[in-house]
Order: sequence, then structure tokens, then C-alpha cells
Amino acid sequence: MSQCLQTVQDYALRAIGIGEKLLPRSDFTLCQQVTLIGSGLIWNLYFGFLALFFGFFLANALAVARFSRNPWLRKPAEWFIFVFRGSPLFIQFFVAYEALVQLPRAGIDVLGITVATSWMTKAWAGALLVLMLNTAAYSAEIFYGALRNVPKGELEAADAYGMTGWRRYRRIVWPTAMRLAWPAYTNEAIFLVHATTLVFFSGFPAFRQQGDALYYASYFADKTFNPFVAYPIVAGYFILLTLCLIGLFGVVNRRLNRHLPGAAKRLRYRPNLIR
Amino acid sequence: MFASCADPKTLEGLAWLMCYLSSGKHVLFYLSFGTVILLLLITAPVALLFGFGGALAARSRIAPLRWFGKVYTSMVRGVPDIIFFLFVPIALDQGFEWLRAKVFCDPSIPIRQGNEFLVCAAAKLPLSTSPAWVHQLYGIALAIIAFSIVFGAFAANVLRGAMDAVPRAQLETAEAYGMSPRQVSRRILIPQMWTYALPGLGNLWMILVKATPLLFILGVEDIVYWARELGGSKTSAYAYPHPDWRIYYFLAILVFYLLMTWGSERIFDRIRSRLSRGQATAAGEAMRKAAT
Repeated sequence: MSQCLQTVQDYALRAIGIGEKLLPRSDFTLCQQVTLIGSGLIWNLYFGFLALFFGFFLANALAVARFSRNPWLRKPAEWFIFVFRGSPLFIQFFVAYEALVQLPRAGIDVLGITVATSWMTKAWAGALLVLMLNTAAYSAEIFYGALRNVPKGELEAADAYGMTGWRRYRRIVWPTAMRLAWPAYTNEAIFLVHATTLVFFSGFPAFRQQGDALYYASYFADKTFNPFVAYPIVAGYFILLTLCLIGLFGVVNRRLNRHLPGAAKRLRYRPNLIR
Repeated sequence: MFASCADPKTLEGLAWLMCYLSSGKHVLFYLSFGTVILLLLITAPVALLFGFGGALAARSRIAPLRWFGKVYTSMVRGVPDIIFFLFVPIALDQGFEWLRAKVFCDPSIPIRQGNEFLVCAAAKLPLSTSPAWVHQLYGIALAIIAFSIVFGAFAANVLRGAMDAVPRAQLETAEAYGMSPRQVSRRILIPQMWTYALPGLGNLWMILVKATPLLFILGVEDIVYWARELGGSKTSAYAYPHPDWRIYYFLAILVFYLLMTWGSERIFDRIRSRLSRGQATAAGEAMRKAAT
């Protein structure tokens, strides 16, 4: 028991570089596997939440652009969504990594100030960028569908009240669109968090063996030749994470539907898998 | 490949590029696109079959079969599928070798020795004496099984939903005509469910297409493997020296996938309108109105 506490102290924050430097090499205990894989989950949470946060705003902008009648706005948004939804995330990671490596090592000169570029090839920045753009494209498609399904009566009511432009969008269109899109967006959020496991299996290298949950799980599976311990542990962590996400998004869903008693159905998770 | 390519150092410009793109390794790269399409063509029907079985099992009246079906259909929820892609091939490989070890090996030697999983030479899969292509093929076969199991579970989810979506009244009518449960499934439920299943199955196909680069993680020499291999910078020791060109290779793969998904979308649109014909759904109603 005390041994396990020591392990937790050594490895609980290993994924962000705090604690023991060397990974365990032999005589792997269950405690070590649970701790280290749990520590990797920090990266999954980091990628998942930041990508969702920034992606949400970008997705809203893209959905409005796609819905606009101006082709200069609509066409770029359509192409962006097509490229990111039509190709595998795995390949997007590779392309992004190779593209970011091409940036000049010394940095780019902008108005006499040298902007460093090397940090962009690190997973924490580069992979986050890809995940953000990817989730923005998928969510934009969801939000676009919701914008199309805003009831005509609500728009006419807004017109009758004399609301136009930004005020109509903020008060009528956007809240209703969010309400319609939320169940699908919940699923998208869950896929995105699941997709974060791909980061360290694609081009982005794990710096000083600081990887995500699946990185450590496959490390243990490779070392012990036993997939029946490490992978169920990481699966268990992800089931818990998924349940938390469903709970969190359910709270928002109830808030969005609070004026419609009985309308906030339980969010159902329909897996949409890898992209 | 061509006689003019015998000495690439003397070539320049377009001629060099043509020779470069038709070198032996590039032919392997082009063939690996075939591997991807082969995987798709085998996996899709097998996964559909697994899914069909899973969905029927989840509706079965025999309790253990129903439990199995429910576990199978829900196992992929909540867990990233890449975990299954990593887990299933190793687990299958060890399972096969363990079974063969029971038959071919001396039972007094334990298979698990500390951190090692060791079976005697006779039980190895494939045998260490077999040629390299057998190892390749075995890897691809394991990958196909892993893909089929995972996507079968997803397909089971879709088909179960579709079976539930068939209007209850149709099944009750069939029962009123005196059909047995088996006849109801075969004559009414299964023919009717496809129009409800198609959007989900189309989505699943897209996802399957986009999951194929994961073959690389399973150690198969697929397009990602060759793109990294060929694109990496080559010194003058190689016949065709060039700097790091991996980005162009990956962009080519990206375009390949965009074409695949774009083409699939077109085909699914056609099937969808074909299946909506005469159905009591909004799409079918719209077609009826357009025709009259």
C-alpha cells in the first residue's frame, strides 16, 4: 500500500515532466500501470478541452459563413469543412507536422521582431492546432444544419419585433441553433476527446516520453507482451471520461432547454468513431 | 523500370521525375493503395455481417445470446476505437499462438515466463521459417479481423436502431396474418429496415475509409509507411537523392482520401433515393409528390 503511494508520488504527474525521470522498466505492478496511464490522461484532457473551447468559436464563425449568401464567405467555409471532414485526422496530423517542420528554424521576421517557430512542431501546440481545426469543421457542419432548421416562426417573430442583424442573431437565431445542435455537438465533443489518443501515434513525437494515456498503455503492452492489463485500464479511464462529458454537456443542455419543460431529453451518445 | 532510367544521375527535370516516380519502391507505394482498397472491400461486408449478427443477437429471445449481443454492441461506446485496433490484433495473435502451443508444444514449459510470452517454434504464427510475404499477409489478416470486429460493433449499433425504427404496425400486421416470429423478421423486418439503416451505414463507410490509415499503427506496410519511407530525405548514396519531401507524399494521400469520401458521398446519394422509393417516410413522400 505504502509502495503504491510512493508510486503515485513518483508517477502521477510524470506526463507533464514532474516526478521520476525514468519510466519503470521491469516488474511492472498494477499500481504503476494505473498511475502512469492516469497521468497520461492529463494530455487527453488538455487537448480535448482546449481544442473544444477554441474550436467552438471557430465553428460558429464557420457555420455563419457557410450560411451566408455571399460566395466570398461561403465558398472558403465550404472548402475548409470539406477538407477537414473528408480526410482522416491521422493524415491531417502528418501533413501538419511536416508542414510545420518546414517553417524556418531561426524564426520569421515580422516588422523587425523575430517570431520563434520551433515551438509549433511540438505536440502541445501543433497537435492542438490540428485538433482545433478538425473539431471546428465537424462542429461547423452540425451548427450549419441547426441554423437551417431554426423555425421560420421565430425569425418572423424577431422581424415583427424589429430585430435585425446582430441583435436578431444573438437573441433569437443563435440560442435556438445551439439548442437544436446540442445533442449532436455532445457526440462530437466525445469523439474529439477520443481522437486525442491519436496524437502521439502520428507524426508528433513524445518529448521525454511525456505522452498521453494510450502512449503509456502501449508502452506497458509492448514491454510486458500482455495487452490484457494496460488496454482495459485505459479503456476504463475513457469510459469514466465519457460519462463525465455526457454529464457536463447534459447540464448545458438542460440550461438551453429550460424554457421548454420536458424538452430536454436525456442526451444519448451515438458513437461516430474515428475520423 | 524503363531502359532510359538506367542511370538517373544523368537525367534532369521532367525525365528525372518520370524515372523517379516509376522506380521499384514507388510501384510498391502505388500497390499499397490497393492494400487499402482491399482492406475496405473485405472489411465492409464482413463488418456488416458481424453487425447483422450482433443486432439480431441483441434482439434474441435466448438470454445468453441477447447478453452477448448487448455487450458486443455497447463495447465500443465510450472507448476510443484506436484502443481496440491496438488491442485486438495482439490479443488475437496471442490467442492463436496459445491454442497452437497447447497442441504442438511441450506442456511442461510455461508460456508466460516473467514478462515474456513465449511459445515453442512449432507453434509460432507464422512459422519463423516462412517467407516475408507470409508475415505481411498475416499482419494484414489480423488487421482485417480487428477492423471487422470493431466496425461490426458499430454496424450492429446502426442496424439495431434501424430494426427498432421499422413501424411497429407493420410487424403487428404480419403477426395478424399468422406469420411466425422468424417469418416476420425475414419477410417484413429485414427488407424494411434498410432505408432506416442507410444513413447510418453510409456514415460508417465514410468512417471506415478514414480509419484505414491506422493500418500503419498495426505495422502493415501501407500508404503511410511508404510515404514516410519514400519522402524522407535521401543522400547522394541513393539513386534519386532529394531533400525531405514527406509533405508532398502526405498531401497526395490527403487528396486520395478526399476523392474517396467525395465519390462515396455521390454513390450514397443515389442509393438513398433508390431506397426511399415507395417508403412511408418524408423522403419517399417527396418523391411521390414530385412524380404525380
